[in-house]
Amino acid sequence: MVSFTLNNRQVSVDADPSTPLLWAIRDHVGLTGTKYGCGAGLCGACTIHLDGTAQRSCQIDVGSVAGKTVVTIEGLSPTSSHPLQKAWVVEEVPQCGYCQSGQIMKAAELLAKNPKPSRAEIITHMDGNICRCGTYHRIIAAIERAAREA
Amino acid sequence: MTMIDRDLSRRSVIAGLGGMAFCVAVGNDGVRLMSQAQANALANAPITPWVRIAPDGRITILSAGAEMGQGSMTSLPLILAEEMDADWSNVAIEWAPPDAKVYGYKDPFGTENLMWIVGSRAVQLYFTQLRMAGAQVRKVLIANAAQKWGVDAETLKTEPSVVINPANGARMSYGEIAAFGTIPPTLPTVDPKELRERKNFRLIGKAVPRRDIPSKVNGTAQYAIDVTLPGMLYASSLHSPVHSAQPGIWDPGKQDQSGAAPESWNDAQVKAMRGLIAIVPLANGLAVVADHFAAAKAGRDALKVTWRKAKAEGFNSDRALEDYVKVHADPNAQAVKLEQKGDVTAAFATAAKTYHAEFRSDYAYHAQMEPLNAVVRINEAGDRVEVWEGSQAPDESRKAVAKALSLPLEQVDFHQCYMGGGFGRRSLGDYAAECALIAKAVRRPVKLIWTREEDIAQGMFRPQSFQCLEAATDASGNVTGWKHCVVGDGEALLVTGIKIAYYGVPSQAIERRGVSHGIKLKHWRAVGHVFNTFAIESFVDQMAVDQAVDPIEFRFERMGATPKARKVFETLAEMSNHKAKRAEGRAIGISITERAGSLGAGAVEISLERTSGKIRVHKVWAAIDGGVIVQPAAARANVESGILYGLSSVLHERITIRDGAVEQSNFHDYSVMRMSDLPEELHVRFVDVDSRPTGLGEIGNPFIAGAISNAFYRLTGKRLRHLPFTPERVLETLRA
Repeated sequence: MVSFTLNNRQVSVDADPSTPLLWAIRDHVGLTGTKYGCGAGLCGACTIHLDGTAQRSCQIDVGSVAGKTVVTIEGLSPTSSHPLQKAWVVEEVPQCGYCQSGQIMKAAELLAKNPKPSRAEIITHMDGNICRCGTYHRIIAAIERAAREA
Repeated sequence: MTMIDRDLSRRSVIAGLGGMAFCVAVGNDGVRLMSQAQANALANAPITPWVRIAPDGRITILSAGAEMGQGSMTSLPLILAEEMDADWSNVAIEWAPPDAKVYGYKDPFGTENLMWIVGSRAVQLYFTQLRMAGAQVRKVLIANAAQKWGVDAETLKTEPSVVINPANGARMSYGEIAAFGTIPPTLPTVDPKELRERKNFRLIGKAVPRRDIPSKVNGTAQYAIDVTLPGMLYASSLHSPVHSAQPGIWDPGKQDQSGAAPESWNDAQVKAMRGLIAIVPLANGLAVVADHFAAAKAGRDALKVTWRKAKAEGFNSDRALEDYVKVHADPNAQAVKLEQKGDVTAAFATAAKTYHAEFRSDYAYHAQMEPLNAVVRINEAGDRVEVWEGSQAPDESRKAVAKALSLPLEQVDFHQCYMGGGFGRRSLGDYAAECALIAKAVRRPVKLIWTREEDIAQGMFRPQSFQCLEAATDASGNVTGWKHCVVGDGEALLVTGIKIAYYGVPSQAIERRGVSHGIKLKHWRAVGHVFNTFAIESFVDQMAVDQAVDPIEFRFERMGATPKARKVFETLAEMSNHKAKRAEGRAIGISITERAGSLGAGAVEISLERTSGKIRVHKVWAAIDGGVIVQPAAARANVESGILYGLSSVLHERITIRDGAVEQSNFHDYSVMRMSDLPEELHVRFVDVDSRPTGLGEIGNPFIAGAISNAFYRLTGKRLRHLPFTPERVLETLRA
């Protein structure tokens, strides 16, 4: 049994401690907004916040998050009203949408640390997150919009 | 439950809804609306309403547009709503069931109806049918209002979801009509001339957002991988590293249905792992079933299997590509003629000058972000199956599952899900059929997820190719003769985009020479267009350079570009100002491509890091003739996506096969484009035309390779002749 805070809620997961946090969140807790893309920390689809920093949940053992605070896309805003989520809709960013939870969580970390990032800073920060539909320019536009309007 | 029971229940559902339900039923001409009475009269036909209007004004329209980010889930109902004059804010969209006879379009290359959302077909092939259906619904609503008011239907008009009598200003909403209205047993006919004029469209061509977007920013969009059922188990499969080999030692005494014998893998060791429930032999692999996916994957990763031999044993992709050259050189090699017009022999015999060029391209992988997966539940009696999958072809998936389980089609229900990318891979239902066999074996609902490693190793690739082009020109430099031979595996996949209907070369001989390796191949966002257009447009550029003519003027004057092609080139020239001098170290390249009825001219501006061999694309311009644009924002996004998919494939992506096995295994060695490779500028423009919509999902992709290689020539004086243009290849080309 591993206990941690998930989206402001205390959860206990009965999983082998070596289970990747990604699968504990998806299969044990049942929150499926966090996606499996590569399982190797290469694509960023599974990005979540662990104690306030963006991490690849496929690379973290659930056993290691005991007592820590995890936030997923479902916990970013209860009403989808985070400035990034609103900007993502206005800029019509998602196509297939599969990578977008990870993109938004990664971008949320950036804006939390750097509320007015430059285009170059956005690209450096977001470069680890793959979008196969090629929505990168819209992701940049949405981050810039959120920074402007937040 | 039998099929007849299900129909009765569906009918009672329709009856119980209140309001009006416009049904569809089997027609040989694609989507055809009919009244509920007419539908009910059809014995055993699958009856579902295509359009429902509730007394509260809520309108539900089914969508056959499988959604992988291209937007057709929204575009198709929108087309119907346009002619129906529905208030879009009150329209709900639901997935159409996988009955191709009812909800399909007529196969342009065959006789059957299909629901395959492939080849940029959705809007293109459903457009007219859906407009006609929408117009029929509007006529019925008007007729009901006319009867109620005691006036001539011809005098009435509509505004969104309201019938209006201009004579006295009376208004009756579609919801009000639905409360009392009837649908005649035979629906009114619609003359295509009665359809709306483009200038009167309220939805088509307007800024109407895609319906799937809000659910894709908060994690609620449901992909098949997100489906959870009570009592569900998880499966992870391992297939033979050499495509299509069977697991195990063939022992007729011990074999199970697949012919696999448990002695040929470490059965006991894996089964002893935590959470493991079963190991199920598959035709070309094994599935490890566990209580959670992480456990199933751990079991899969621990498997050690002895595989039988398969056709691709020992196959080496690099060596094979060199063998293609010999196939091309062999006068006795079998060739399939794809185009034969004019007198090619005479054109070459009398040529003032001839040209010759060779090109190569490697295998490429779809790399859709959501690894392949499906969920299947079979009932206790084994005669009712439910499938959850994100599929480009739900009708095919349903067939594949029914076939795998030896059940009639009617006993398989299919639940469509969003796709985390398709790009041509998700239209076979192969992994859904595999999941069904696993669910049958363990007698529990199962979610099968292919690992990324499995998704690559078992990829169905864009085929590799060798191409030889030859051209004959007359004394004025006009191209009079054209020969193009493509060599490779994949038959039809190999030849898409090889014909040059946008040029007017009088004599042409285009052919394919086939080989077969046992490597799995598949449609891949415009497939053959990618390498064929690369070869064609590089070759054309080579001649333009040799004749010292501007590349666009060369295509107009010496290649006989059609009026449609001239229009996109003229638009491109205006957008890109291609004749202007570029900044130091930059060059521009031009290309054209057709796909799915659309035509696109494109240009890229590049620079080169000469020490690393890395090509940087700074600006991209695309001028597209896609007919009438149904959803401008989605259309633009589609073209942008195609452009980036093209850039990724041309600059990075390469699958190699050694000793029969794919060498790449994840995103560390199968590189795809990342944000830092993004061009600074992307410009897309649609030419303004009145013609019917054509496909846009792939038109952004195929011109990229030629445009980059042509820009590269202008920068370096060297030609890139082998896709992809990886830094190593670029350095090699510079040294050559």
